[in-house]
Amino acid sequence: MVAMTRRGALQASAGNFVADGSAPPYLEIADLWKSFGDFVALREVTLDIARGEFVCFLGPSGCGKTTLLRAIAGLDPQTRGTIRQGGEDISGLPPSQRDFGIVFQSYALFPNLTVRRNIAFGLENTGRSKREIDARVTELLDLVGLPEQASKYPAQLSGGQQQRVALARAIAIDPGLLLLDEPLSALDAKVRVHLRHQIKELQRKLGVTTIMVTHDQEEALSMADRIVVINRGRIEQVGTPTEIYREPASLFVADFIGETNKVASTYRAGAVTLGDAVIATSETRVVDGAAVTVAVRPEDILPHRAEDAGNGAANMLPVTIEDMEFLGSYWRTHLRSDALGATPLVANFSMNAVRRLDLKPGAAMAVELPAERVLVFARGA
Amino acid sequence: MAETTAALPPGRRVRLRLDRDGIIKRLFMGVIALYLIAALALPLYAMLSKSFVTYGFDLARYEFQVSDETGTVWSEPVTAEALNADLGAVPADDLRSSSDGRLSATVFFPDFSFRSPVKYRLRGTTGDAPWLVGLDLKNTTDWQEYDSNTFRRINLRPVKSVGVQNYAEYFSNPTLFSSIQNSLYIAVISTVLTVVFAFGFAYAINRSCMPFKGAFRMIAMMPILVPSLLPGIALIYLFGNQGMLKSLLMGQSIYGPLGIVIGSVFFTFPHALIIISTALSIADQRQYEAAESLRASKWRTFWTVTIPGARYGLISAAFVTFTLVITDFGLPKVIGGQYNVLAIDIYKQVIGQQNFEMGAVVSVILLIPAVLAFLVDRQVQKKQVSLLSARSVPYQPRPDRRFEALCLAWCGVMAVFIVGIIAICQYAALIRFWPYDLSLSLKNYAFDRMDGGGWAAYWNSIKLALMTAGIGTVVIFTGAYMVEKIDGFKTGRGLFQFLAMLPMAVPGMVLGLAYIFFFNNPANPLHFIYGTMIILVISTVTHFYTVGHLTALTALKQIDAEFEPVASSLRQPFYKLFARVTVPVCLPAILDISIYLFVNAMTTVSAVVFIYSTHTALASIAVLNMDDAGDIAPAAAMGMMIFYTNAGARILHALASRRILNRTQAWRLR
Repeated sequence: MVAMTRRGALQASAGNFVADGSAPPYLEIADLWKSFGDFVALREVTLDIARGEFVCFLGPSGCGKTTLLRAIAGLDPQTRGTIRQGGEDISGLPPSQRDFGIVFQSYALFPNLTVRRNIAFGLENTGRSKREIDARVTELLDLVGLPEQASKYPAQLSGGQQQRVALARAIAIDPGLLLLDEPLSALDAKVRVHLRHQIKELQRKLGVTTIMVTHDQEEALSMADRIVVINRGRIEQVGTPTEIYREPASLFVADFIGETNKVASTYRAGAVTLGDAVIATSETRVVDGAAVTVAVRPEDILPHRAEDAGNGAANMLPVTIEDMEFLGSYWRTHLRSDALGATPLVANFSMNAVRRLDLKPGAAMAVELPAERVLVFARGA
Repeated sequence: MAETTAALPPGRRVRLRLDRDGIIKRLFMGVIALYLIAALALPLYAMLSKSFVTYGFDLARYEFQVSDETGTVWSEPVTAEALNADLGAVPADDLRSSSDGRLSATVFFPDFSFRSPVKYRLRGTTGDAPWLVGLDLKNTTDWQEYDSNTFRRINLRPVKSVGVQNYAEYFSNPTLFSSIQNSLYIAVISTVLTVVFAFGFAYAINRSCMPFKGAFRMIAMMPILVPSLLPGIALIYLFGNQGMLKSLLMGQSIYGPLGIVIGSVFFTFPHALIIISTALSIADQRQYEAAESLRASKWRTFWTVTIPGARYGLISAAFVTFTLVITDFGLPKVIGGQYNVLAIDIYKQVIGQQNFEMGAVVSVILLIPAVLAFLVDRQVQKKQVSLLSARSVPYQPRPDRRFEALCLAWCGVMAVFIVGIIAICQYAALIRFWPYDLSLSLKNYAFDRMDGGGWAAYWNSIKLALMTAGIGTVVIFTGAYMVEKIDGFKTGRGLFQFLAMLPMAVPGMVLGLAYIFFFNNPANPLHFIYGTMIILVISTVTHFYTVGHLTALTALKQIDAEFEPVASSLRQPFYKLFARVTVPVCLPAILDISIYLFVNAMTTVSAVVFIYSTHTALASIAVLNMDDAGDIAPAAAMGMMIFYTNAGARILHALASRRILNRTQAWRLR
């Protein structure tokens, strides 16, 4: 059941994508499988990536996203399936005959070569003169913002600088495809945010098709043109960051990306019942009478005065405020409702709303769950 | 649901095409694996099969006819077996032989005279019944007729049979069998003593605030620089028949187990010390703090924290020491007297009695404890690794006057012992004629006047050591790189790894003997290297392969595994990465491997004693042979030459390392 919905979503987003670009896809992955002995790490992975696109593979650790990246690079070839790049079947090609640049989590900078020699490594033996190489390295150093560090050794650089050297080395040979394997996860939070921006900028400037593996949803949402959510070796959903966030194709995606309130219920005739409240939903993929999980994001819960509930107001729930946490730009509010029993509801209310409605712990209020933001997923999968 | 049941769709596994790098890497590994097969696996196999081979005369295979004096009337055909049964000409024991045995046909005819007109006929009853007419080999079931004068030149040849007969013979021979007991006895006692002494020494160095730690550490490593038989020579000067301190032994003889044990402690001490010291150096301060907070006594802490923490090191050191002692040949040769051990038996069987088959049998028997010790040690080493990877706070010893005095005394005694042994050798080398003329001279260094190879042997040793260090380092490091950094090709790598670990378990003498069987076979296309310097280099590299291989692997494992993927994504060949990055980064380890090979090539006796030839005599062999000939003082002098050379090489190595590191490893500095 869920599998069906998932595939539906997958085709839908793939359809969207083809409508976007009329050119044939740059990278075509068809029915890819990978097994390590009895363990199947990738299952029927099918994915098209357009030229110049920035795609993130996102998923929990061990989900197979790095395995997929390494299969694309030819470092750990898939067990079944084909990969085509630029129209050419590269399934059986060794890494050295494929066209990609790669940046690893460890950066893998050569410790005994200077920054300049590191970046020049891939430019040597390519028929370029020493002058051309020097010029190209200087250009690349400017591009990644490290013009003064050319003669230093990697150990003398900070983590973020090393990361940028690795990036410069990878793009030095103008690869058709840039692969980034958790490139930011070894860095501290501040540097990470800064570099996120820089990498995205660079990618846009160069127009190089890029795949980045990450387990950090914020990273994926902020950088990617499209996100591929992977779970247990399967693609859960492919879509733009907003699609993934606003229209998750499965409960896993809804839960893994962003935060969500989850309540068990039954779906009947365009609505779900929460306790004695009937909540309408615009979800249509579920059959009548199915056991479902209702998911609502904290920021989709709208605050109202207590008296707004009742009188047959649609999708309103009377609640009591249990606890409030101030998180700077908003209040994270824990709500309790008779309709939901023991399960608390988490909502994010803006400072304005809190002031306007005079919300404080212990107070009674009402919340609205807008029908188009009430997500419903069939249970039992 | 779908996740758990989905299986791979049918179809062929995707395989990557091999690129040039992949082909070159496999070629390289193939070449080095071939080297290991030719230099290790095949010789050992040749030896093993040799130990099951016996030669003997099978009289039932020959039939004779004799004519009367006219040469026309022939007797009934009769087998040699029947003739021998009547005559008792050849006792059953004499029917056993070596591959070179000959049995004159005339022994079966007591009336034989070479002047008689009587004629003889001979044929084989089977297709394999060889005999010689003069130098012509015959092997036929057709009657061959000979006159008397020719018949006296007829010799029967032994035939080969395969079985456990040699082993049966070995175990029924009480002298040979007692060697097993002797070897085990010596090895166990030496191991216990060495491990206790080395533990005390290592404990003092790692766990006390004792002064002079550096000096003690240096002194403790000195025995590595000399051949194992050198302490034997020193002991002869001290406690031998004309020894300076003979009276201290109170009538005991140094020639025998006593001398072997003392000498063994000397030469195995540094090996045990290195292992135990490593184990003690990884102690966790927090465990000691915990013990102290629980008010455990120092004694209790020692037994519940220190010993368990170091137990893998202790076990490993014990097995390494045991193997070194039981496989050592030089020391029992010099100071063993009439006391037989396995290694001496091999030597006696091969060099003394030319009984190669029996030598092979003893070798196989010597291989058993060595292989067992090796297997146990590997298991223990694996566990030690997991212990090392734990994050811990390094132990900081606290000053304690009385404890330091004790440590100092312990180390002092060991240092005096080690320096004393070497000093005695030096003294022996410089004295004109012990004990009658104690004036100093350099005449003992005039090696050209003695048997044993003279100065040429010394230069040969230098040549061997340099070649071993040069060739060995390249082969070992390249091989380790291929094992560690090749992708796919799992079975090949596993096999290679096994071959690389194997030399550790094979005693030098066993390897040497195996080389005789393998390379001295004229049918072997590699026969031409027999008797040359090349075979000595191959034998030495192979014998010391494992330690170098492990050193290289450790260094390579510390290198980022993503270098190769990066290089191939940049479309650069692996050898460029290897030359520009891998080798420079691993240079310290590479230098360590080369000095290890150099020093061991200078001192080894066992790996080369069977395969040196007159023009490739070596310094270490010269020590052995001069000692054998009674020229003990020149033997000591040659031993000291090895010591100077190795000490010099060590110093040069240290200086060169520092210079190279300064020049090429600037990147290590922040």
